[in-house]
Amino acid sequence: MITMKMNGMEVKAEEGWTVLETAKFYGLEIPTLCHHEGLTPYGACRLCLVEIGEGPKARLVSSCTYPAEEGLVVHTDTRRVVQARRMMIELMLSVAPNSRVIQDLASKFGVTRMRFKIRNEECILCGLCVRMCAEQMDGKAIGFQNRGYQRKISTPFDIRSEECRLCGGCMYICPACQLRCQGPQAETAICNACLTMDPTCLDFYDELQCWMYDAGRCGTCVREKKS
Amino acid sequence: MKKIKKFKNVEELKKAIEQQEASRQQEKKKKVIVVSSGTCGQARGSLKVIEALKKALREEGLKDQVMIRITGCHGFCEAEPNIIIYPDRIFYQKLTPADVRTIVKETLVEGRVVEKFLHRDPLTRERAWYENEIPFYQKQKRIVLGDNVFVNPTSLMEYLAIGGFRPFIKALTRMKPEEIIQTVKQSGLRGRGGAGFPTGLKWEATRRSPGEPKYIICNGDEGDPGAYMDRSVLEGNPYRVLEGMLIGALAMGAREGYLYVRDEYPLAVRHVTLALDQLYKAGLLGEKILGTDFSFDLHIAKGAGAFVCGEETALIASIEGRVGEPRQRPPFPAQKGLWKKPTCINNVETWANIPLIILNGADWFSGIGTSSSKGTKIFSLVGKINNTGLVEVPMGITLREIIYDIGGGIPEGKAFKAVQTGGPSGGCLPASLLDQIIDYESLTAAGSIMGSGGMIVMDEKTCMVDVAKYFLNFLRDESCGKCISCREGTHRMWEIVRDITEGLGKPGDLELLEELALATREASMCGLGQTAANPVLSTLRYFRDEYEAHIYERRCPAGVCKSLIRYAIIPEKCTGCEACKRACPTGAIQGTRKDVHLILYDKCIKCGACLEACRFEAIEAQRDEAITIVKEVKP
Amino acid sequence: MSVHQTINLDTLQEIVERHGYNKNKLIAILQDIQAVYHYLPAEALKTLSKLLKIPLIDIISVATFYRAFSLTPKGRHVATVCMGTACHVRGAPKILEEFERQLNLRRGETTEDGEWSLETVACLGCCAIGPVVVVDGDYHAHTSIRKVPTILGKYRK
Repeated sequence: MITMKMNGMEVKAEEGWTVLETAKFYGLEIPTLCHHEGLTPYGACRLCLVEIGEGPKARLVSSCTYPAEEGLVVHTDTRRVVQARRMMIELMLSVAPNSRVIQDLASKFGVTRMRFKIRNEECILCGLCVRMCAEQMDGKAIGFQNRGYQRKISTPFDIRSEECRLCGGCMYICPACQLRCQGPQAETAICNACLTMDPTCLDFYDELQCWMYDAGRCGTCVREKKS
Repeated sequence: MKKIKKFKNVEELKKAIEQQEASRQQEKKKKVIVVSSGTCGQARGSLKVIEALKKALREEGLKDQVMIRITGCHGFCEAEPNIIIYPDRIFYQKLTPADVRTIVKETLVEGRVVEKFLHRDPLTRERAWYENEIPFYQKQKRIVLGDNVFVNPTSLMEYLAIGGFRPFIKALTRMKPEEIIQTVKQSGLRGRGGAGFPTGLKWEATRRSPGEPKYIICNGDEGDPGAYMDRSVLEGNPYRVLEGMLIGALAMGAREGYLYVRDEYPLAVRHVTLALDQLYKAGLLGEKILGTDFSFDLHIAKGAGAFVCGEETALIASIEGRVGEPRQRPPFPAQKGLWKKPTCINNVETWANIPLIILNGADWFSGIGTSSSKGTKIFSLVGKINNTGLVEVPMGITLREIIYDIGGGIPEGKAFKAVQTGGPSGGCLPASLLDQIIDYESLTAAGSIMGSGGMIVMDEKTCMVDVAKYFLNFLRDESCGKCISCREGTHRMWEIVRDITEGLGKPGDLELLEELALATREASMCGLGQTAANPVLSTLRYFRDEYEAHIYERRCPAGVCKSLIRYAIIPEKCTGCEACKRACPTGAIQGTRKDVHLILYDKCIKCGACLEACRFEAIEAQRDEAITIVKEVKP
Repeated sequence: MSVHQTINLDTLQEIVERHGYNKNKLIAILQDIQAVYHYLPAEALKTLSKLLKIPLIDIISVATFYRAFSLTPKGRHVATVCMGTACHVRGAPKILEEFERQLNLRRGETTEDGEWSLETVACLGCCAIGPVVVVDGDYHAHTSIRKVPTILGKYRK
C-alpha cells in the first residue's frame, strides 16, 4: 500500500495505481478526455492535470500517467490547476469548436471566450481512436503521422487500410465527432448557455466536491456557509 | 593505416602507451604542422590545403623533416582553415592552397614568419605570432577541447600518445565501482546536456537500481540550432568519449551501451565508427577486455532528425526503433530505461570529462568553477560576433568576458543587443546582464538556461520579435505533438507573434501571449514543452518595447520584419555606383552612373539584395509609411 | 513524377537481413533504404511491413516523424539551406527566399522535371561559416543573396 496526501487528506493507493485512479477511488473528480478505462493512459489532453509537491518545487503533471508514489502530496483543484485546464479547453475549442464534449467542458469550467483563430479541424489528436483500434480491436489500421503542428491521425498513405474491418470502434470512442448540444445559442462558437441556468446543487459543497470547479461561483455554497 | 594488435592484458596496453608517449617526445625535435580539419575546416578547404602542403614539402625536400598532423576542429572556426607550426606554435589562419607554398618557403626553409597570414585582433588590430598569444585562447580553459590539437582522431595510437586510456587503466585496476562513482560525485560534475543533473547521482541510481542488464547511452543528438560542441568533440577526439563510457560501464556494471549520433554530422559518424572499430580490434571493447572479467559492447545508433530525441525518454524510444515521443517520468531511465532496464544517459561533453576526473581526481575538477557549478563548459559563440568558435571556459566567467575578451566584440562596430543561450529552450539576455556570471543557477534565474551551450550573439540589426518567431517556428515543428499544451501552445504562440511581425498585432496580444506561454510551461509533459515558452517570455521580459513598437507603431526598430519596412536610398550617401542596380533581381532600382539611385516600391520585393550589395551604407530599412498605425491607446 | 525507380526486392531483403530481421532496428533499416532510393517508396514500406512483421502504420508513423525520411522522391540535385539560429541572424531566411525564387519552388518541394529539391535543415553545426548552404553534399560557406545564382549555376551544367 502506498500512502499519499490528496487535497489535504491521507489516501492509500495500491501498487501500480496512477494518481487519477487513486483520486477516483476516493471520489475526487478530475476531468479527463483522452483517458478511457480499458485503454493505456496516454496523457495527451492535459485536462487531468494535478499539482504535486509543495512550495517552489510544486508542479503540474497529468494524473492519468503519473504513478502513485509514497509520500506524494497532490492537489486536484488549485487555482493553478484550474487556470491551466481552462487554457487547454480554450485551445481544444479553437480546433474543434463543434464538439459537444469540449463545449460541455467549456461550460463546466467557465471558459467564455476563445481568443485564437478557429481552425475547425474537428480532431484534437487525443489518440483515443488509435488506442481503441490497436488495443481493443486488434486493428492497427490508423495511427499518428508527422509531428508537431502537422501531426495527424490517418491510415497509411491516407487510403483505406487493409487492416481496417470497418468496425467503427474509432468513431464510437471519438469525443470530437459527436454533435454538440443544440441548446439556445447553438450557432455561436462558445455557447455557454447552460452557465446561465440556475444551479442544480442546493447542498453545501466544499472545494473538494464542487462540480462547478470554482467553488463559490454559483453562490449556493456561500449562502450555506453564512447560515 | 597500421594494423592494430589486440592488447591481451593491462601490461601490454601500458607498454603501448609508454611507447607512444616516448615517440611523441621524439617528435618534439621535429617540426610538426597541425592542420585543423573538422567539418568547418573542410567546408573552407582544409583538405585542399593539406594536399598543397604535402606537395610543397615534397618539392622542398622536407618530407622527412616535417610532419603533418590532421586533426579535428580547434574551436577557432573564424580562422579556418588554419595551421599551427610546432614547436614554436606559429599560428597561420584563413589559408588557401596558394598560400601554402609561401609558408613552406619562408617559415620552414628560411625561418621567417609570414605576417599577412597571422591572426589580427579585431579590436586592437594587433597581430599575434603564436597560438597562445591570440586573445581568443587566453581566457579559455580548454581541458576537454585542448587535446583536439594533439590527436589525429582516426588513430588510436595518437590518443595513447597523449596518455589516453591511463584513466581507464586506473579505474580498472585500482578502483572499485563505488570509488569511481564517489569520485564523480565529489567532483561536482553536472550533466552538460542542459538540465544539469548531478552525474554522480545518476550513476549511483543506475548502479543501485535492480534489473539486469544495465545500459549506458551517450547522447550525441545535438539538436540545438547554434550549438556544435558535441560534434567537435566526437569529430576531434572520439576516443576520449569512448573511454569515458568504458569507465562509466565499469562503475555502473553495464554490459552494453549505445552512442547516439546525429546523422547530420557525417564526419562525426565516420570518426566514431572508426574509433569503435579500432577499440574492438585492440581488445578494448567486447568480451573480456584486457583479459579481465569486464566485458562491454558498444553500438552506434544514428539519429534520424528530431530535436525532441535529445530528451532522454524520447531518445530511448528512438533507439528502440519507435517514434521519438517522450513518456512520463517516473519511472526514470535509471529505473526503467532502454528495453525497460536501468539505463544511464549522459551527454557527449559529460562523458568526455570523465577520464579527466578519474585521472586528476575529484578535487582538481571541483577546484574549477563556482560553488554550485564545477568544471568548464564549452560554448559555441556564434552569430554577430568577431571571433566565432567554440570556447571552453571555467564556470563563473561573465558574459562580457566571453563576448568581448574572447569573442572580440561585435563586427562592424555595431552595438550589442542580446545573447541567446540554451537554444530553443533558453532565452535572450540583454546588455544589462552582460556582467552576469555563468552557471546553471544564475542563467535560470535570468530566464534562460545553460542548455547544451549555444551562445548566439545578436546586434542592433536583429529583431527580437523575429527571433522569438524563429524559435517558435522551430518548436512547433519539432514538438512531438502529443501534448495539446505543447503542440497547440507553440503553434498558437507562433501565430500571434507572426501576426505581430506582419503588422497585424493588436492590443491584448502580449497579455494573451504571456498567458499562453505560462500554460504551455505548466501543462506540458516533457522538457521541450516546459521550456518552449522561454524564448517568448525572455524577449517579452527584456525587449517588450520592441513588441510594442511592432503592435502600436507598426514599426520594426531593427528593420528586419519585411511587412513593416521598405528599403530606401539615402541620397547623401549614394555614390551612384550601380552596385545595387545590378544586384536587384526585379529591376526595381533606377538611376544612371554617378547619379543618386531610386527604388521603385511597386517593383521591390524586399529581398535585401541591394542592402547587401551597397558598400556605402546608402540603403536603409525604413518604416513603411503606407501602413496605418493602430489608434488604440497603449494600455 | 518523372523520377521513378522500380523496387528491387533483393536489395530490400539484403538490408533487412543485414539487420537480422530485428524490429528494433527499424530506423536504421529505413535509413539504409533511404540511402538506396533517396526516399522511401511506398512499395518498399509495404514489403518491409511483411518482412519485419510490423503493422504498416507503425512504419509510416516512424517514417513521417523523423526529418531524415521522405516519402516522396527527391530531385537529382538537393539544395539544403541551414536554418540554424546563427545562420538565421545572419540572413538565412532571405537566402532561402532567393532559392525559392530562383528555383520557383517552395521549401520541401521538388521541381517537376525532377532536377532540384529544396530542403531546409535545423542546424548543420558549422555556425561559424554561416549562412551555410549544402548542395549535393558540398558546403557553401558565407552565402549571400547574390551568390545564389552562382551556386546554382555550378550544378546546372
